[in-house]
Amino acid sequence: MTSHSPDTRVDEARREFMKKSAAAGVIALAPGVTLMTMSSEAAAKADPKKRWGMLIDTTVCKSGCDKCVAACKAENGWEAKAGSPTDPQWIRKVDVKDPKTGFAMSLPVMCQHCANPPCVDVCPTGASMKRADGIVLVNRHICIGCRYCMMACPYKARSFEHHEVPEEEKAPWAPRGQGTVEACTMCVHRVDAGGIPACAEACDKGAILFGDLNDPDSDISKRLASGPSYQIRADLGADPGVRYARLP
Amino acid sequence: MISRLTQLVSVFAAAAVLVLGAAGAQAGGIAPKVIIDKSKGECVLPAEQMKRQHMKILKHRRDATMYQGVRGGKRSLQACLSCHAVKGDDGKPVTIKSEKHFCRTCHDYVAVRPDCWDCHVSVPDKAAGRAALKHRAGTMRAEASGLIKYLEGGRK
Repeated sequence: MTSHSPDTRVDEARREFMKKSAAAGVIALAPGVTLMTMSSEAAAKADPKKRWGMLIDTTVCKSGCDKCVAACKAENGWEAKAGSPTDPQWIRKVDVKDPKTGFAMSLPVMCQHCANPPCVDVCPTGASMKRADGIVLVNRHICIGCRYCMMACPYKARSFEHHEVPEEEKAPWAPRGQGTVEACTMCVHRVDAGGIPACAEACDKGAILFGDLNDPDSDISKRLASGPSYQIRADLGADPGVRYARLP
Repeated sequence: MISRLTQLVSVFAAAAVLVLGAAGAQAGGIAPKVIIDKSKGECVLPAEQMKRQHMKILKHRRDATMYQGVRGGKRSLQACLSCHAVKGDDGKPVTIKSEKHFCRTCHDYVAVRPDCWDCHVSVPDKAAGRAALKHRAGTMRAEASGLIKYLEGGRK
């Protein structure tokens, strides 16, 4: 399992070389021949010190409310017909009831952004991947659409796009296409820009709290430390980054 | 008077040379003519290098975005699209469905179909996709804020 975590050690000599190269921008090797280096005009945002996660408060999440689902659809440009077994579903509302007591609650379920993602384990091409900051994604550039990850995911979080995506429905920040698997990206484009996922923003009851699980001073870590919270199917050992709680 | 006439004739002659020259170049060259608008500044590399290496740059950037979250800037796909957008008859940038699309001018000629546009939007931001999405998001936000106001009003 740990073999999937990226090696964060840095070769110091190489780093120095890269720094100098970046300062030079373009290195002239010979007249007319240049070695181009990628300048630091846009910085890397996947920080290995962070682990993004969400805490969902099931005491305030109400059955019948699907603002988070609607926000996700609008942000990422997917649509699912009611009852369709094959339409994409990045996030869904689940109503659960204890038949013995009659106690019912409602909660959103999306990609759980596991620390040990089974979808990454089974992927034959390396398309199913975990970023350094814990966000689990499908690299659709190398996804062959085999759907092993959909079989492996215990949370039924991934979908397969069967149809051609019309030009007018494509979002520049969230590309989607026929023949590839897709799932919640934790709105990685928003997170990289310093924002929060669309579902967390859309929930006017504040039931979805987004933050860095590795930072003990973050709101999410403080709330996690103050009371019990649960991972769905924690027994599987996937260590999801999305937690659920009946908060006080 | 005579001098004005000679001026006029020379202007026409120059124009004729230009027109004929352009036509000759088009008939003579077999490679497709790519229109590049330099008013928006220089490309990330000189044209000769871009011709050979644009896919390598795009591939490098694609991996940097996927694995490291490098977004925006001059090497983003959106930056390519916004400089190289070709306007159609309606004045809007054409999509990949049109033969006039920047990528298609060469890729059609070499019979290579890049599948970038199966997933990525092929027109600059704000043009097609974003406008529609923004509209949807805007309406939803308005609805949500209306509901909040209504609920808060009810509480008082």
